[in-house]
Amino acid sequence: MGYFVQQLVNGLTLGAIYALIAIGYTMVYGIVGMINFAHGEIFMIGAFISLIFFVVLGALGITWIPLALFLVLVIAMALTAVYGWAVERIAYRRLRGSFRLAPLISAIGMSIFLQNYVLLVQGAHEKTLPPMITGGFELMRSSGFTVDISWLQLIIVGVTLVLMAVFTAVIQLTSLGRAQRASEQDMTMAALLGIDVDRTISLTFVIGAALAAVAGLMVTLQYGVIDFFIGFLAGIKAFTAAVLGGIGSLPGAVLGGLLIGLIEAFWSAYCPSEYKDVAVFAVLILVLMFRPTGLLGRPEVEKV
Amino acid sequence: MGAAQRFKDAGFTALIALALAFPLLGFQTTDTGDGYITRFNWVAIATAAAFVVRLLLSLVPQRFRLHQYATRYTALPQGKIITLVAGALILFAILLPISPLGSRRTIDLATLALIYVILGWGLNIVVGLAGLLDLGYVAFYAVGAYSFALAAEWYGLSFWEMLPFAGLIASAAGFLLGLPVLRLRGDYLAIVTLGFGEIVRIVLNNWSPVTGGPNGIGDIPRPTVFGMPISPGAPEGVTTFNHFFGIAYDPLQRLIWLYYVCLAAALVINWFSLRIRRLPVGRAWEALREDEIACRALGLNPHTIKLTAFATGAMIGGFAGAMFAAKQGFISPESFNFQESATVLSIVVLGGMGSQLGVAIAAVILATLPEFGREFAQYRMLLFGAAMVAIMIWRPRGLFTVRAPSVRLDQP
Repeated sequence: MGYFVQQLVNGLTLGAIYALIAIGYTMVYGIVGMINFAHGEIFMIGAFISLIFFVVLGALGITWIPLALFLVLVIAMALTAVYGWAVERIAYRRLRGSFRLAPLISAIGMSIFLQNYVLLVQGAHEKTLPPMITGGFELMRSSGFTVDISWLQLIIVGVTLVLMAVFTAVIQLTSLGRAQRASEQDMTMAALLGIDVDRTISLTFVIGAALAAVAGLMVTLQYGVIDFFIGFLAGIKAFTAAVLGGIGSLPGAVLGGLLIGLIEAFWSAYCPSEYKDVAVFAVLILVLMFRPTGLLGRPEVEKV
Repeated sequence: MGAAQRFKDAGFTALIALALAFPLLGFQTTDTGDGYITRFNWVAIATAAAFVVRLLLSLVPQRFRLHQYATRYTALPQGKIITLVAGALILFAILLPISPLGSRRTIDLATLALIYVILGWGLNIVVGLAGLLDLGYVAFYAVGAYSFALAAEWYGLSFWEMLPFAGLIASAAGFLLGLPVLRLRGDYLAIVTLGFGEIVRIVLNNWSPVTGGPNGIGDIPRPTVFGMPISPGAPEGVTTFNHFFGIAYDPLQRLIWLYYVCLAAALVINWFSLRIRRLPVGRAWEALREDEIACRALGLNPHTIKLTAFATGAMIGGFAGAMFAAKQGFISPESFNFQESATVLSIVVLGGMGSQLGVAIAAVILATLPEFGREFAQYRMLLFGAAMVAIMIWRPRGLFTVRAPSVRLDQP
C-alpha cells in the first residue's frame, strides 16, 4: 500500500512535468494543425538554460534559494520563449500553405538542428546540478514503508497548477485568448475580422515554449541530470500525453500528462523498467487506434 | 524599404540572435555544475553576423529572392539529360572497383553508399510517392538485418537463402504496423512510426537471450559466389571461388563481390520503383499523395493503397538490412537509432521527394560526407537539420529537382 502511494506521488510529479510540455503541443496543433516536433528540444533548451543560470547565479553569490529559483524561472521562461518564437519564425511561418508534409519535415529538421546545436556548444556529457531543494515530510507509514513527499515535488505540482490556472484564464478571458480561439476555428475568417493571425500564432509558440522552459527547470531540479538528448523522449511522451487527452484540448493535455506520468511510474515500479518507454509508445498506438480523438478531444471534421 | 527600416529590421534580428546565443553559446558549465566558462566573443560574433546577413539580405532586390525563384522554377529538365547523368553514374559505379580508385577503403565506402541509396529509394516510395512520413524507417532496416543474422546463427542459412526472407519479414512487419496506424492522419503516422522505431531499438537492446542485447550478433556469413565462398581455404567438400577459377585469394575480392551484389540490388530496385510507378498501384500512390479526398471520391481505398506503399518500402528496407549485416559481419542496436532514420529521411528530402536520381546523388553525398574529416562529422547532423529546414523553405521539391512525373498529359 505504502509503495503504491509512493508511486502515485512520483507519477503525479512526473505527470505534471509532461503536462507542461504537452500544453505546448496541443496549443500549436490546435491553431496551426501541425505537430511541432521541435517542442521537445525547446524543453531541453529550457532545462539547459535553467542549469546554466543556476550555476551562474551561484557564482554571482545569489544563493538564497527562493530568489535564485524565481530569477532562474523568469530568465529561463524569457530566453526559451525567444527560442520558441525564432523556431516558428524561421522554420514554420513561410511554410503555411505549402504542401502537407513540408512543415512536418521542417520541424524534424529544426529538432535535429537544435539537438546538435546544444551538443556542439554544451558538450555530449551529462550535466549534473547538485540538489538545491532538499527535505520533505512523511505523508504516511504503512506496513513498514514510509511514503515521502519532498518539498520539491510539492513545488513542482504547485507551480504547475498555478501556471495552468493563469494560462486557462488567459485563454478564456483576455483578448489574446479570444484571438487565439478564433484563429483556431478559422484562420482566414479571423484574419478578415482584423485579427493579426501571424502575431497570434507567434504568441502561441512563445507561451508553449515558456511553459516547456518551466518543465525543463523542474526536471533539472528534480533529477539533477540533463543532457542534449532528453528532449527526444520527453517530447514523444508529452506528445502522447496530448494525444491521449485529446489533441487541441487544454484540460486534455493536463489529464493526459498526469496519466502518462502515472503509467510510467507504475510500470517502472511493477514491471521491467527497461520497457517503460515501450509501454508509453504502446499507449500512444492503442489510443490512436481505438480513440483517435483522445479522452477529451473533439472529433475532427475533414474539410475539402 | 527605406534605409532606416532596413537598419531597424537588421537590429531586431541581431537582438533576437543575441537572446538566442547569450545563454547557450555564452556560457558552458562544467559537467558537475560547479563552474562555467564564458564565450562572450562568440556571442558578439553571432550577433554581428546576424545583423550583417539580415542587412545584406534586405538589399537583395525582390526578384532575385531565392524562395520565389525556386517555387516558380520547378520546370523539369529534359529527359535526355537525366538519362545521360544516370547512365554515366551507373557506368562509373560498375567500373569503380577495377579503376585506380578501387582501394579497399573506397570500395567499402561505396558499398555503404549503395546501401544508403537502396534505403533512400525504399523510403522514397513511402515518403516521396505515397506521401507518408515514416520516421522509424530504420526499424525495418533493423528487422532485415537481424532476421538474416539470427537465421545464420541458428539455422546456418546463407545470405542468398535468407535475402528474400529478410525482405519478406520486414515487409510483414511493415504490414502489421501499417494495418492499425495507416488509418491515421499523416502527422500522427509520423510520430507513431517514430515510436515504433524506438520500440524496436529498445527490444533489440534488452532482449539479450535472442538478440545478444547491446553486444549484438557477430560472425555473420558473407555472401557466396553462386554457392562458392571466397576464402583462402575451405572445409572438405566445398569448392572455393578461388580454387574454382584458380585465382589467388585476396581479401579485397570479398569486398568487390559484395559491392557488385549491392550494385545489382540497387539497379533492380531502381528498375522496380520506376516500373511500379506506372502500374495502377504506383499511380494510386502518387494520386493519394496529392489529394486523399479526391482519391476516395474516385473509389480508391486509401488504407489499402497506403498499406502497399508502406509494406513495399519496408521490404526494400529489409533487403538493405540484410546487405548491411553481410557487409559489417556484425550488427548491434547502435546501428539502428533515430539518427539513422533521420539520415535516410534527409537523403530523400535533399534529393527531392519522388526523384530517383536526386535521391541517389543525395545518398552518395551524405554517405561520403563523414569521410571528409572528424571535425566535419561533428557538424554533419547539424547541417542535415538546417538543410532540411532550408530545403522545405526554398526548394521543397528537393535540391536536385529532377523528378519527372510518372504520368503526364502531353501538350497537343
